Amino acid sequence: MSDFKLVKREDFSDVTYLLEVEHPMMAKAAHPGQFVIVMLHEHGERIPLTIADFDRNKGTITLVIQAVGKTTREMQQACQVGTGLYGMVGPMGIPSPISHAKKVVCVGGGLGVAPVYPQARAFKEAGAYVIGVLGFRNKSLIFWEDKFRACCDEFIVCTDDGSAGIKGLVTEGIKQAIARHADIDEVVAIGPPIMMKGCAEATRPHQIKTMVSLNPLMVDGTGMCGGCRVKLGDKVKFACVDGPDFDGHLVDFDDLMTRLRRYTKEERMALDHWEKSCRMQKEIELASAAATSPARASAVKR
Amino acid sequence: MREQDPQARAKNFEEVACGYDLKDALRESDRCMLCPDEPCIAGCPVGINIPGFIEKIGEKNFRAAYDILTDTNLLPSICGRVCPQETQCEGVCTVGESLEPVAIGRLERFIGDTAIKEGWVNIPYIEPARFKVGVVGSGPAGMACAADMAKAGCDVTVYEAFHQPGGVLRYGIPDFRLPNEVIDAEINNLRKLGVKFECNTLVGRLFTIEQMIDEMGFHSVFVGVGAGYPTMLGIPGDSLNGVLSANELLTRCNLMRAKEFPNFDTPLPLGHRVAVVGAGNTAMDAMRVSLRLGADKVYCIYRRSRKEAPARAEEVHHAEQEGIEFHWLTNPVAVLDDGKGSARGMRCIRMELGEPDDSGRRRPVPVAGSEFDFETDLIVYAIGTNANPIMGQTSKLKLNKWGYIGTDENLATSVAGVFAGGDIVTGAATVIEAMGAGRKAARSMKAYLGIRDSKLPYISQGVDGAGRLFGIDVRERNFARIRVA
Repeated sequence: MSDFKLVKREDFSDVTYLLEVEHPMMAKAAHPGQFVIVMLHEHGERIPLTIADFDRNKGTITLVIQAVGKTTREMQQACQVGTGLYGMVGPMGIPSPISHAKKVVCVGGGLGVAPVYPQARAFKEAGAYVIGVLGFRNKSLIFWEDKFRACCDEFIVCTDDGSAGIKGLVTEGIKQAIARHADIDEVVAIGPPIMMKGCAEATRPHQIKTMVSLNPLMVDGTGMCGGCRVKLGDKVKFACVDGPDFDGHLVDFDDLMTRLRRYTKEERMALDHWEKSCRMQKEIELASAAATSPARASAVKR
Repeated sequence: MREQDPQARAKNFEEVACGYDLKDALRESDRCMLCPDEPCIAGCPVGINIPGFIEKIGEKNFRAAYDILTDTNLLPSICGRVCPQETQCEGVCTVGESLEPVAIGRLERFIGDTAIKEGWVNIPYIEPARFKVGVVGSGPAGMACAADMAKAGCDVTVYEAFHQPGGVLRYGIPDFRLPNEVIDAEINNLRKLGVKFECNTLVGRLFTIEQMIDEMGFHSVFVGVGAGYPTMLGIPGDSLNGVLSANELLTRCNLMRAKEFPNFDTPLPLGHRVAVVGAGNTAMDAMRVSLRLGADKVYCIYRRSRKEAPARAEEVHHAEQEGIEFHWLTNPVAVLDDGKGSARGMRCIRMELGEPDDSGRRRPVPVAGSEFDFETDLIVYAIGTNANPIMGQTSKLKLNKWGYIGTDENLATSVAGVFAGGDIVTGAATVIEAMGAGRKAARSMKAYLGIRDSKLPYISQGVDGAGRLFGIDVRERNFARIRVA
């Protein structure tokens, strides 16, 4: 089995971290908007992660991950430089349609900042005027500001608590951009479903085309299980092979959010089980450290 | 054949059919009359020399039986378990005209399993042919094609998108019908033939078929990616939590080992009252898997009658024995919402059989006023699949109007050097049909590459125009080497 070696690791906060994985073939083939499915180890589950960046010269792809559940927390612990992944397949999904839009607003909410970056960069390279709108809960969670400033003609930051930029959600930033520019052709919004829903509603009255990148639960990612099915108008599409980008004004976000919750009980169980085994592991380590060095043991006792 | 008791086996994933022991095999092989007609050979989609290997069993020469079997079929332990023999070899058996047909499938399985236990593998001397062949998809079609091309001396690489090879054998067929160890053993035999397996590779996206031929040095490619895109019913409530395709249930359970959650991370949809819509082999698998996962009640909802059910006879029989409740001539109308986005039940309508439709089967028509509701918390759709869209999205292969890859009678596609077979060409079918397609494509690929089958007499095909001189093939007039395999 191939290694998928990690060549870089960066932590943006205590929940968000970046992994750069060596995969020359995938770096050559990747396009903005595509994702990979990753398995940490043989007992692991398959999870989709958007490709946040790809370097065709270095032969690497970059993933930005938020530690929310068992697998992403376990990866946060285990994935250090030099380690590998048990499985990584991609690039999956239809590449984002980088249209001939002349003026584009690229909106990233929280973790959505990472996957929207390659699209913003691609629009810039295609000659569009790019307005970047990034949203974070507070100033300490901001990352990749410099990368965005490098490819955006205008740059708006929004924080929930007002510690940086505008106080408010990214919809505030979108409203400001729309107020300043009457000729916006397209909006690309990536982030938690509730945020993408809000962005779609913010642009709907102005009838601006809004593309979103959906993140339903996935297993295979190749279109054979239907677990990632989403409602688009009166049609049903599979996010893994018909997406992951869709017209935000047609997406049934409520259905997406309900379906994302269908394993909450099992997710809770998995997290509890893992946290318990981590605690037990720590206790074993402490006990064996105490056993092997009596001097330290007596120091601990004191 | 000895089988696990239905009550006991409904709680475990061990094989239901326990397999023959030596006594059983000898007794059964004696029943074969070695009749002169040999209808069984024609009844087999890959043309195994059935009387030949049965005769060897009778002589207690199991190695020779294995040799004869593997001459045509390199995966006997798999076919013996999952072929619908009742419609193939056993269905035309001469003995079966008056008595029970010879249990050919069970004898095949006996030999295959003996070979695995003894570690036999048949690696003939293979003359390297300097051709590089790519196989897309490591399911039965790809495996069969890879085996034949490897035996012809080609350098074969099989690409698989999942992290483990086997295709539908691995993710679709549960352990109690086809254990993973058997799949691993057969794949190892292919590795010993020199076949390379590259998993975690999504052909079409990581690189395209055209790139394989133009840039990666492949001389010929076989596409066997299957037709796994599941069909949904299209009734209200389809996307409620608790409704899933059989493919998703089976992939979670078989490939991702969700039945061992939380030791394996993939979660499992646990249902107490499970309704499976459909009556094909996939539906039977989904029902019996649900039972083993701990369901109190499992229902089968099928809009036609038991006679029309497409599943293998043994599977329906086993499912009935295990206590699954069959509702024939019943069609779902809607999935009922519990108000919180999850399924709480299903509304169905009773059907009756009317005139035959264009498949020849009598068309079911709803009986007015016969709607009824029942409680379920897990609904599984096993009503058929469509072509996988990725090949169509990423290559210039011509598709037919249903999205399947168009091929001629030699399984050649619209791109030179690229051949296709199995479900992606015919639509969802069986493992043995896919293997037959893989072998047929291999014959065409060998012809395309110019590899001559040394067993066939040499009849000059000739090359048109400049290749012939006074009607005599140019190659017959010189001592240039002809590639032989």
